[in-house]
Amino acid sequence: MTSFTKPLIRRKNEPTNELGLVRADYDGAMSTLCAGCGHDAVTASMARAFFELSIEPHRAVKVSGIGCSSKTTAYFLRESHGINTVHGRMPSVATGAIAANHELAYIGVSGDGDSLSIGLGQFVHAMRRNVNMLYMLENNGVYGLTKGQFSAAADIGSMAKKGAMNELPPIDPVALALSVGATFVARAFSGDREQLVPLIKAGLKHKGFGLIDVISPCVSFNDHKGSTKSYEHTYKYYNPAIHADYVPPSAQIKASYDAGDVMPIELHDGGQITLRKLEDGYDPRDRAAAVNKLFESAQSDEIITGLLYINEDHKDMHEMARMEERPLNEIPYAELNPGAAKLKELQKGFR
Amino acid sequence: MSNVRVNDFTIKVGNVNGTGSASANALLMKIIFRMGVPVVGKNIFPSNIQGLPTWYEIRVTEKGYRGRSGDVDLMVAMNPESYKRDLEELSPGGILLYDDTWPRPHFLTRTDITVIGVPLARMCNAAFKVARSRILMKNVAYVGAVAALLDLDLDIINTLLREMFASKPKLVDLNLQAIALGYDYAKENYGTAKKLKVEARNLTQGKVMMDGNTTAGLGCVYGGATFGAWYPITPSTSLMDAFANYCEMLRVHPDTGKHKYCIIQAEDELAAAGMIIGASWNGARSFTPTSGPGISLMSEFIGFAYYAEIPMVLFDIQRTGPSTGMPTRTQQCDIQLCAYASHGDTKHILLFPSDPSECFDMAVNALDLAERFQTPVFVLSDIDIGMNDWMIDELVWDDNYVPDRGKIMSPADLEKVEKFHRYLDVDGDHIPYRTIPGTDPKGAYFTRGSGHNKYGGYTEDGAEYKEVVDRLTSKWASAADKVPAPIISTASKPAQGKIKFAIISLGSCDGAVVEARDKLETEGVYLNYMRVRGFPFNGTVQDFINEHDQIFVIEQNRDAQLHGLLLTEIEVAREKLIPILHYSGEPLDYKFVHGALSEELKTRRQVA
Repeated sequence: MTSFTKPLIRRKNEPTNELGLVRADYDGAMSTLCAGCGHDAVTASMARAFFELSIEPHRAVKVSGIGCSSKTTAYFLRESHGINTVHGRMPSVATGAIAANHELAYIGVSGDGDSLSIGLGQFVHAMRRNVNMLYMLENNGVYGLTKGQFSAAADIGSMAKKGAMNELPPIDPVALALSVGATFVARAFSGDREQLVPLIKAGLKHKGFGLIDVISPCVSFNDHKGSTKSYEHTYKYYNPAIHADYVPPSAQIKASYDAGDVMPIELHDGGQITLRKLEDGYDPRDRAAAVNKLFESAQSDEIITGLLYINEDHKDMHEMARMEERPLNEIPYAELNPGAAKLKELQKGFR
Repeated sequence: MSNVRVNDFTIKVGNVNGTGSASANALLMKIIFRMGVPVVGKNIFPSNIQGLPTWYEIRVTEKGYRGRSGDVDLMVAMNPESYKRDLEELSPGGILLYDDTWPRPHFLTRTDITVIGVPLARMCNAAFKVARSRILMKNVAYVGAVAALLDLDLDIINTLLREMFASKPKLVDLNLQAIALGYDYAKENYGTAKKLKVEARNLTQGKVMMDGNTTAGLGCVYGGATFGAWYPITPSTSLMDAFANYCEMLRVHPDTGKHKYCIIQAEDELAAAGMIIGASWNGARSFTPTSGPGISLMSEFIGFAYYAEIPMVLFDIQRTGPSTGMPTRTQQCDIQLCAYASHGDTKHILLFPSDPSECFDMAVNALDLAERFQTPVFVLSDIDIGMNDWMIDELVWDDNYVPDRGKIMSPADLEKVEKFHRYLDVDGDHIPYRTIPGTDPKGAYFTRGSGHNKYGGYTEDGAEYKEVVDRLTSKWASAADKVPAPIISTASKPAQGKIKFAIISLGSCDGAVVEARDKLETEGVYLNYMRVRGFPFNGTVQDFINEHDQIFVIEQNRDAQLHGLLLTEIEVAREKLIPILHYSGEPLDYKFVHGALSEELKTRRQVA
């Protein structure tokens, strides 16, 4: 089977972005995932976020590992560069690519198998390095492509399709991210595009490692009764607690906000992330508070979503490596070659 | 005086690691080098930080041989733990120098050697107050004693110490004092017992003493690498250290402190491999230094880079395996691992440097070849080359060098084509064009390690799949005349008729092979010699094999890996290639090669 190209249908009076592109210009090949898969909704949200941010498709890079989620990098932004790497190792490839050119918009797409089992090490270390990318973890608690094994994100007591019960404690990517240095940590639900699209936009504009853990149900292997990652279960316990919007520099509202209502956070590009629906006193810049909030809500069986933590002040990898502003891949060789005379001089110490 | 050996002998120092012996030995070797006499240094050290036996060999060789001699003519036995073994190893007629602060008459049982006792510890304890100085200076004191025994130039010692401790003048005096202790004692007590002597020559002009990891790191700088990722592993660590040092020196903006490079210490070798793939994919020249265990871990990514056609440069500083093996001992045991690394049908480009000079050149070659062929390229060095100081010709650089970035389509190039296809063989040379992400919308493509057709699209169609992997083999094969050509040395004097016997070898075997062959020539045996420097094998390898009846394949591993590679990749009858294998972990010496060749030739000639 080969891939299918999505037909380009142009409608009259279709909205365009600042580049004059329509939403369909951010599509990719036809998805080959199962009908109703949460991932397809996430793909659509990612495409919309890039469209709304008016990012030139060829200035975006999609990176992924292996699994159902990782396949989706082919299903949006067809005019972007994409690299579908090996299982669990997308973070390292993204790290190298970003070291070579930090000026593109990097989005990593992974799943709970790819990130939390085989790729746990690389996932953690990319966060520690605060690599400037948005990492989408499409979390369905199950291995889809190999037909239904539990992943490390499966909750205790969750039932597999064939009846087995998971007894191992889950790895919560949000808790993990908060403990190892990610600077933008969010949870979302594939079924809530109103919340997800603005989060993706904010995550792309954030400088540093952004994680969005998206509950994205697997209709084929984990959407049955007894599963804690099913649509039914997620809708029931879902709490869209914190809403984040990205406001570009050009559209900033100079109004002041009432505390507890809207909280603006300044970004490096001059834009803002504005946070709404905050509960009393909750400050997403406070990591300890975010950790507390996360565990408290888990205890009350609630799936808390939204932007739980943000830190705009931490240096990203590029800054920590003290690289100059110009990307490494643009430095001409003449500036890198010390020359023959220098080589002679360097060897004086070896006589 | 007639039995004094001048400029042709081997000194070996047996010591305890972590006592500063490495710098004392480096000093000793440098003195002889500065006297204009060629030297070969081999550090045989433990995988340990302090307290285990360590040895350092310095061969003084006016003829400029580059391998080990296989003899020990002066043993400086500083480690009571290894006294017995060190004494046994000393060649007949040799000299044993030991610390007779604690006399050892019961073990000095050999009558065919000269024993020289110098009370190093006693003298140092009397002269120095601090405990650490006493230990360190004991080593400098034996350098003084050796200097007296060999007639080394005191002025040079003085100059060298002043250079070494330019920033710490106090240490100069301390070291000179220690030198004098050993020197004066040995002169006074053994001044007339001269058996070995260094006489000044003018044979080291234009030479430097460098190790292969330093030159490889420097080669990466000159080759224009801007990105390196690595995970610490003996014996490759010093390669990245060298790259980092030279970058700090040459690529940091003096005012802003901003870097024109990036080095990442990865969480493991898998990540290091992924990082250089990402950076190369994005158009930055990249490399990773590692050793055998690292290659094992990187193998999945190596296959990805091979299939997705992403440049990748790997330095494998080979060490003794399998598993952890002996991490500080040398071997050439990753030849086959690297040649076919990863699952599925994969074949790679390998370069085999034989000394630090070639490490420098081949680092640049590797960066060029990886981009030209859009594939992983391995530089197979080893501990002997990578971590020992070798006397080499001063490195030279051609200011006209232009990096070969391979087939990259710029936005201007893209304008001229109707559509860009990543894996299409447009020029019929098996190499497709690539684009640098972010440069042009028309050049955007999707990179995948899954089945893809020549346009880059996903496929599970057998014919489409085969078309791509068949092109990959042709591409790989076409590198045969782009890797460094083998070096062929024909016997200096033709034997009666045709020369039937030959040697094929590689890498750090070279010094010992050259010397063994010279020795055989003095015995009337003539062998042609080819040193392979790259894989896929250049066409001349086939020709050379065709031209001889029997070929001895000399290498440093148990399983005859080069031999096996030749049998797989070259048209040759198995019985024509005879493996000669050395795999103790110590650098190859010429006596071993000479002995093994003599033995083989004896039986072969009887049969013939």
